[in-house]
Amino acid sequence: MAEGISLLIDTTKCIACRGCQVACKQWNQRAAEKTVNHGNRQNPPDLSFNTWKLVRFSEIPRDVAPLYFFPDQCRHCLTPSCKEMADLRAGNLITIDKKTGAVIFNQKTKLKPEDFEEIREACPYDIPRFNSGSMQMAKCTLCFNRTQEGIPPACVKTCPTGGMQFGNRQEILDKANKRLAEVRRIYKHALLVDPEEVRVIYLLADDPRKYYHLTKAENKPGISRKVALKQFSQPLRMFRALAG
Amino acid sequence: MTNHFIDFRNADVILNMGSNVAVNHPVSFKWIQAAKDKGTIFIHVDPRFNRTSTKADIFTRLRSGTDIAFLGGMIHYILNNNLFDEFYIKNYTNAPFIIDPKYNFNDGLFSGYDSSKRSYDRTAWALIKDPQGIPKRDPSLKDPQSVFQWMKKHFSRYTFEKVSEITGTPIQDLEKVYRAFGSTGRPDRSGTVLYAMGWTQHTVGVQNIRAMSIIQLLLGNMGVAGGGVNALRGESNVQGSTDHALLFHILPGYLPIPRSHLATMEDYNKTTPQSNDPGSVNWWKHRPKYMTSFLKSMYGGKVAQENDFGYGWLPKIDTDQDASWLNLFDEMHKGSFTGFFAWGMNPACSSANSGKVRQALSNLDWMVNVNVFDNETGSFWKGPGMNAQTIKTEVFQLPCAASMEKEGSITNGGRWMQWRHKAADSPGEAKPDGDIIFELFQKIQALYLKEKGEFPDPILNLKWDYQTNGRFDIHKVAKEINGYFLEEVDQHPVDKKAYKKGTLVPSFVYLLDDGRTSSGNWLYSASYTEAGNMAARRKSIDPSGLGLFPEWSWCWPVNRRILYNRASVDLEGNPRDPKRPLIKWDAGKKKWVGDIPDFGAPPMKSSGIYPFIMKPDGVASIFGPGLKDGPFPEHYEPLESPLEKNLLSSQRINPAVKIFGGNLDSFSFNDPRYPYVCTTYRVAEHWQTGVMTRWQSWLIEAEPQMFCDLSVELAAIKGIQSGDRVLVETPRGKVAATAVVTSRFKPFNIAGKTVHQIGVPIHFGWIHPKDGGDSANLLTPGVGDPNTMIPETKAFMANVRRLNKKSGTKS
Ligand code: SF4
Ligand code: SF4
Repeated sequence: MAEGISLLIDTTKCIACRGCQVACKQWNQRAAEKTVNHGNRQNPPDLSFNTWKLVRFSEIPRDVAPLYFFPDQCRHCLTPSCKEMADLRAGNLITIDKKTGAVIFNQKTKLKPEDFEEIREACPYDIPRFNSGSMQMAKCTLCFNRTQEGIPPACVKTCPTGGMQFGNRQEILDKANKRLAEVRRIYKHALLVDPEEVRVIYLLADDPRKYYHLTKAENKPGISRKVALKQFSQPLRMFRALAG
Repeated sequence: MTNHFIDFRNADVILNMGSNVAVNHPVSFKWIQAAKDKGTIFIHVDPRFNRTSTKADIFTRLRSGTDIAFLGGMIHYILNNNLFDEFYIKNYTNAPFIIDPKYNFNDGLFSGYDSSKRSYDRTAWALIKDPQGIPKRDPSLKDPQSVFQWMKKHFSRYTFEKVSEITGTPIQDLEKVYRAFGSTGRPDRSGTVLYAMGWTQHTVGVQNIRAMSIIQLLLGNMGVAGGGVNALRGESNVQGSTDHALLFHILPGYLPIPRSHLATMEDYNKTTPQSNDPGSVNWWKHRPKYMTSFLKSMYGGKVAQENDFGYGWLPKIDTDQDASWLNLFDEMHKGSFTGFFAWGMNPACSSANSGKVRQALSNLDWMVNVNVFDNETGSFWKGPGMNAQTIKTEVFQLPCAASMEKEGSITNGGRWMQWRHKAADSPGEAKPDGDIIFELFQKIQALYLKEKGEFPDPILNLKWDYQTNGRFDIHKVAKEINGYFLEEVDQHPVDKKAYKKGTLVPSFVYLLDDGRTSSGNWLYSASYTEAGNMAARRKSIDPSGLGLFPEWSWCWPVNRRILYNRASVDLEGNPRDPKRPLIKWDAGKKKWVGDIPDFGAPPMKSSGIYPFIMKPDGVASIFGPGLKDGPFPEHYEPLESPLEKNLLSSQRINPAVKIFGGNLDSFSFNDPRYPYVCTTYRVAEHWQTGVMTRWQSWLIEAEPQMFCDLSVELAAIKGIQSGDRVLVETPRGKVAATAVVTSRFKPFNIAGKTVHQIGVPIHFGWIHPKDGGDSANLLTPGVGDPNTMIPETKAFMANVRRLNKKSGTKS
C-alpha cells in the first residue's frame, strides 16, 4: 500500500540533541538502560528491546566536518521483509496498520529466539530486538496510536529544528524531493535513502556509510543481512570501530 | 539580549562564539535553521568542533581564553578595510568624541595603574566636555585625540600574524570570518552574535563582550533587526533573576545597591546620572522615581517623605565592598558568617574551585538547602574526603516544587516575561519557592514581634501582604512588581489624566518620586496592568513580519522587542535597511510605527534626540570608561595559560584581577606538571550540575558519566585510548573521567609551540549516579573578572593521565 503516512528525517537539520530518542522512550514508556561512557557520545550503544530510536554518532577523523548524526529507527518498509519472515515463523506477530501503513508488532506474542533471529536477519536495517527473558520482540511502531489520529509521532513532535516532518506519503515525498534539490546546492552528494521502499525517508548530505553502516539497504533480494554484511569493504570496518 | 531568539532569522550573518548553541539552546536552533534556509552565513568559532560546528558554513578553532585577540583582529580588519558604517559611528556612537589628553596606553597598561593595589585610577579615562558640559566632538574623526583615532591606534597591533600566533587560528580562517562578518557593515545587511559562558567566564569576560560590542557598533548592527549582542543565558530564568537583583550590586531594575557612604536618600539621589546635552534623554535621570516607588513597594504605608521613604532601613554594603560569589565563599571559608541558604543551587559542584566551597560549608553553623532533590551541597558532609564526625554544620533540607508544579513567570534571554501555568501538584511536602519564602518570612516577623531583635524596623515594617484566603498568591507579587497608584492622582504630571487609588500603573513612565506610586521593579512596570497579565498573552500575530510578535507574552522595557531601535533609522526617521524596517517615522501622523520606539520623540533631525537613551551621552560607547580594567579591550593571557609571556605586551594577565591567597587557591602557568589548556562545557542531555537531570533515567542513560575529550594527537603521546579511565588534575583537584579520543580537538600552533587542549563537562557529582564521577569544578580556578568577579572556568591549565585501561566500561 502506497498511501498512508510517511516521515522525512532531514539529517542536514539534525543537531543530535537526542530529544527524539528521549521523547520516544517517554511516549512508549520504555525503561532506561544502564549505560557507561564507552569513549563516545552514542548511548545507549545500540537499539534494544527498550530503545526503538537511537541517535547514532559517527566520527570520520579526516573529514573537515568530522561528525555525522543518524537518528536511527524502523523504516516501516512498504513491503516489510520482517513481516514476510514473521508470517512464516511467528504467526501474526507483525502486521501492517491499515490506516497509517505502520509496521507494528503484537506485544503479547512470545517467540523462540531462533525465530526472532531469522526475523531480525530479514530486516535490511537490523531493527527488530528481542527480550530473552519475556521472549518478546519490540521495535518502533511509528507511534501508530498517535499517527492514526493525525498526531505526529513523539519524535517528530519533539524535534526542535524541523529535522523531522510527518504527513501523508505523497506530501512527504514531495517535500523530500524539494528539500533534496535545495540541499544539493550545498551538498553535492545529498540523497534520499530508499524513498520508494520505505515510509521513514532519510535525507543524507553525504556518503551514507559515513553515518552508519546500515543507513541504506545493501542486500539485494535473496541475500540475507548476514551475507550482505560480509560483503562490506574494509573502510567500513574502520568507521564502525570509531563509532563504537 | 538586545534582540531575541526569533530575530536570529533576520540576520545575514550569525556568529556563534563563546557558546555551543545547538547543544545548550537546541530549541533556539530552529531560528538559526530558518536563517540558514534563506542563505544566512552561520559561523562557529570554538576550541572544539562540536554539534554546533556540524551546521556551520565557517568553522574555526581558537585556543580558550584568546577571544579578545580574535575580535581585536576583526576590529583592526574592519577599520583597515573601511568596512565600518560611517554614518552610524559618527551619529550614534562616541567615535567622534575627544579623549582627555592625560589618557594613555602603553605596553598593555592604561594610564593610572597602581601595581600595589592591582587597580587603576581612572580619572584620565575621560571624554572632554565644553564649558556647557557637552562632550566635544570632531565629526571628521581625524583628531588624533578622538575616540576613533585612539581605537585605530589601539587595535593596529592586532595584525593577522599576531592574532594567529596568540589564538592558534590559521590566518586564512581569520580572514574568512572577518570578511564574512565585516560584510554586515552595509546598512542593508545585518549580523548578529550569540555568546554565552564561553565569553563571560574569563578574567577578561566583560572585555570580551565589549570587544564584540565595538564590532557591532562599527558595523551599525546595534538596534537593528538581525543584529545585536545576544547572550544565550545559562538557565531559562537567568535574565529574570538578574532583572530582579539576584546579584549583590543592584536592587531590582538595576538600581545600584546603596553603599554605606550614601546614608540618606538625598545622598543616593545625588549619584543619579546627569547630562547637560539637550540631545541626550539620559533616561536614568528618572532613577529617584524608581527608587521611591521601590521603597513604597517594600514598606507601603509605613514610609513617607518624613522618614526618607525607609531608605535607612535598606541594607547597605561598604563603599568598596564586592560581595560576589567568589568573595562570599572566601568569607564563608574564613568563618566570617555562620548561616547559609542554598536556594535552588548546588555550589558544591557549580562553583569554581568547588573543593574550597565544600570546605567552606563545613565552617557554617547551619545551612538550609532548598531543592527538588538532595544534592552534593546538602549532603556535603558525607561527600568524598569529608569526615562527618568533625563537621558541625546543621543542614535543613526543604523540598521544593519543580518548574511545572508552580505558577509564575520566567524571563527568557530575549527579555520576554512569559507566564507559566501549573501542570501538576508537587509531591509530598514539596512547596513552590514563593510559598516557602512567604511562610518563612511570616515566621521571622512573628519571632521579631515576640522577641524584638536588633534593628527590627526593616523586618517588622516590611509589607508582606501577598496572600489570598490565607494562601500565598503569586499574582499579588506580579502586580506589586508592576506597581500601583497608592493615592488618587487627579492630574498626572505626564498626561494630565486622573488615576484612581489602588489601580495598577500603566507603565514606569507614570511612577513618581513623591510616594504616590509603588513598583517592585520599574523595568517590569507595564507587565501586569488594569488590562491584565501581559505575560500571559498568547496572540501570535506579527504585523511587522520581523517576528516581533508584540502580543505574545510581554517584553521589558514597555514591550520593546529590540533595544536601541532608534539606531535603525536615519536622521529623518526612515529605516536605513528598507528590507527590515523595525521602526519608521510617520510624518503625517507624527508618530512612530513598528516596534515600540526607544523613546517617542520625533527623529533626530528635528528633535535632536540621540538614540541610546540609557547612556548619559545619548550615544553608544566605543570608548567605555566605566570598567575597572580599561576603556578599550586588550588581550591578556588567562591567569593559567601555557605561555610564559603575553605575545602582545609585558602584562601577562589582566592587571586588575584580584588573586586570593591561601593554599586552596593555588594556580599554575607555564608549569610542566600542568601542560594542557583545559575548558569546561555542557551537554544537551544535562542541566547545570545535573541535580535535576542525573536522576532522570533517560537522560543519564544518554550521558552517564564524566568524560574528558582529548585529541588523537595528545592521546597518542599519553598512551590513552577512547574508553580508558583517565585522571584530570590541576593544582586544586583531581577528577576521574572516561577518555573520549576525538579528532574534534586539534593541537594548536601557538607562536611555534604545540599546545594541546582538553575539555570536561560540568554536570556530574558524587551523589548520583554512583559511577557518574565528580564535578569538573573541583579543577577550575577561583579567580574572577575584575568587573564582575565571574570565575575563569573556561580557560585553565591541567594534566591528564591514564588510570587504567577501560576499567569503568564493564557493562
Ligand atoms: S525496517 Fe526492518 S523492522 Fe522496520 S519494517 Fe522494514 S524490515 Fe521491518
Ligand atoms: S530531535 Fe531532531 S535534531 Fe534532535 S536528535 Fe532527533 S532528529 Fe536530531
